[in-house]
Amino acid sequence: MCTRNILLAAACVGLVLAPLCVRAQMQEARYGFGTPASPEELAKFMAIPADGRGLPNGSGNAAKGAKLYAENCAACHGDRLEGNPAKGIGGDKLIGGRGSLATKTPVKTVESYWPYATTLFDYVKRSMPFATPGSLSDDDVYSVVAYILSEAKIIQPTDTMSAATLPKVTMPNRSGFEPDPRPELQLYR
Amino acid sequence: MNDTSNVLFDDEALRIIEKMKTAEARHLAERRAQEEECACKEGMFPTRAPTDRRAFLRAAGTAAGGAAAALLPGAARAADSKAPPGAQYFDVPADPTKELGRAVAADGGYGSRSQFESEVRWRFPTANEYTSWSMTPLDKMVGNLTASGLHFERHHGGIPTIDPSKHMLFVHGMVDSAKKFTMADLKRFPSVTRKYFIECSGNGLTEWNKPTLKTVQGTHGLISTSEWTGVQFAVIAREIGLKDGGTWVLAEGADAAVMTRSIPLEKMLKDAILAYGQNGEAIRPEQGYPLRLMLPGYEGNTHIKWLRRLEISDKPFMTREETSKYTDLLATGKARQFSFDMEAKSVITFPSGEMKLPGPGFYSVSGLAWSGRGRVQSVDVSVDAGKTWYPARLDTVAEPICTVRFSFPWMWDGKPAVLQSRCTDETGYVQPTLKELIAIRGSNGPFGSIYHLNAIQSWAVAADGSVTNVHA
Repeated sequence: MCTRNILLAAACVGLVLAPLCVRAQMQEARYGFGTPASPEELAKFMAIPADGRGLPNGSGNAAKGAKLYAENCAACHGDRLEGNPAKGIGGDKLIGGRGSLATKTPVKTVESYWPYATTLFDYVKRSMPFATPGSLSDDDVYSVVAYILSEAKIIQPTDTMSAATLPKVTMPNRSGFEPDPRPELQLYR
Repeated sequence: MNDTSNVLFDDEALRIIEKMKTAEARHLAERRAQEEECACKEGMFPTRAPTDRRAFLRAAGTAAGGAAAALLPGAARAADSKAPPGAQYFDVPADPTKELGRAVAADGGYGSRSQFESEVRWRFPTANEYTSWSMTPLDKMVGNLTASGLHFERHHGGIPTIDPSKHMLFVHGMVDSAKKFTMADLKRFPSVTRKYFIECSGNGLTEWNKPTLKTVQGTHGLISTSEWTGVQFAVIAREIGLKDGGTWVLAEGADAAVMTRSIPLEKMLKDAILAYGQNGEAIRPEQGYPLRLMLPGYEGNTHIKWLRRLEISDKPFMTREETSKYTDLLATGKARQFSFDMEAKSVITFPSGEMKLPGPGFYSVSGLAWSGRGRVQSVDVSVDAGKTWYPARLDTVAEPICTVRFSFPWMWDGKPAVLQSRCTDETGYVQPTLKELIAIRGSNGPFGSIYHLNAIQSWAVAADGSVTNVHA
């Protein structure tokens, strides 16, 4: 009887204290796993939102871009940026298709569909050329981007693309996107 | 056939459809060639052992048959090319009770599937084999979980080989202290283990305008279900401290595409998992080894594989995948963006396209149902193209954002029938018909709005028992 009471009392104390201990731990300590990431380590990453934040120094133009495109891009995307569906290649068409989005045969290209020029810089620097991603310098990427935008008649052939000018380019389909409205109300009628 | 069959197709769309049909046809031909003659060879039941494998082994001159040959590591290896992927070939004894089987752990300590099981993923034949996808053989699967080796794939720059001892996850941006974590660091945090499906939002893209592929592997094979283990993002967030104003998180992969997507911070804190485990072992390389992002109920592309970086931001990054791809172009010419949710959907996997019922009688109709918004509440089945609906039985326990296996007892009278299934999720959302979806999103372009086709699927059963993909 006596032993049982002591056990009960101990159990009560345990019940009261245990959550407090857990809370105290959580408030006072972090796990402490992982190590600080230095600015130098983080500098090797990039992702460029529409306002151009994070665009690197450097610049380029369509004339330089034309040469770089011929050497690095044309094999997959075509001499006239028309794409190449051949086996083992399958490069997207890059220009054309303006005004086609609301038709029965929409053609989605950088020119007709992409809402931000900054995305083009981000993607070319990130993932292109397909077989040797990341091999172009920042100047080269600006130049290739300038060439594509120029061929798409979105910028002038003489325009220079840089961190200052690229975010100011207005793409033809800039206002072509809307938020996801699902679940669709029509399905509840 | 409904009124959407006269939609125009552009060149690229036609190419994609034709290649997909060719790939499926090739896969079907291979499957048939492997099957012995039997009343049900169209794939209704698991295939039996191809006779020529036995002949091959004899011709290959393995010194001794039976157990002796199986004990020699070289003997099994020599015939591996004749075994299906993921299996090893072993000679088949006339009576397995009259001789010893294989030695314990002769497989090196990691088992493989039976040489009699041959189901495989098949690849969508994009021109470039490094940016492509492969489909899960739903028609050959049982139960609810997908075998890790059959989980569908979508890659944009091939499958990288990553040494986990060198892999790092960087978490930075609008945080109190930017940090990097090794895999060992991540595994020291408390983990969670949950079953979730992943579905590519392009699942079924060929089926908007007319029934195109023949099998359920082709029409629905971009969904798979696994048990995933990892650290909740919320745990990491608390560890590094989030700054006020953060609303989006960029997730970045360590593959050649350096794949990126912007994810709402709210979603990341709700249920995102940094997953390193799949079905009780390390995630498969094709699924993001050693680390992938799990975003329950979101379209597959957002579940960034080979995850190396999370950057907290006050705005989305408008990456290529969330602008030029994975946006839903409508008939108006406007496109929906950040359409993350995979809505309620279901499909009958037995009987399904290219199968053949041997004759009138009892069939246990079976399939899978799922919703990215929560649990499956109920599944209905129709055998008359949606005129009459009956409740199906849920054969597995409904878990949030996880598939359920359902079944329905059907006595086929031998007359033509059209089988359908319809999922209702716990929010009350009812899986729509194709007509309802097209009425909203339009049928412009090669594939309508391409992504997020979650319409009811129809399989026609003809009087001779053959099953085909139809729009009904």
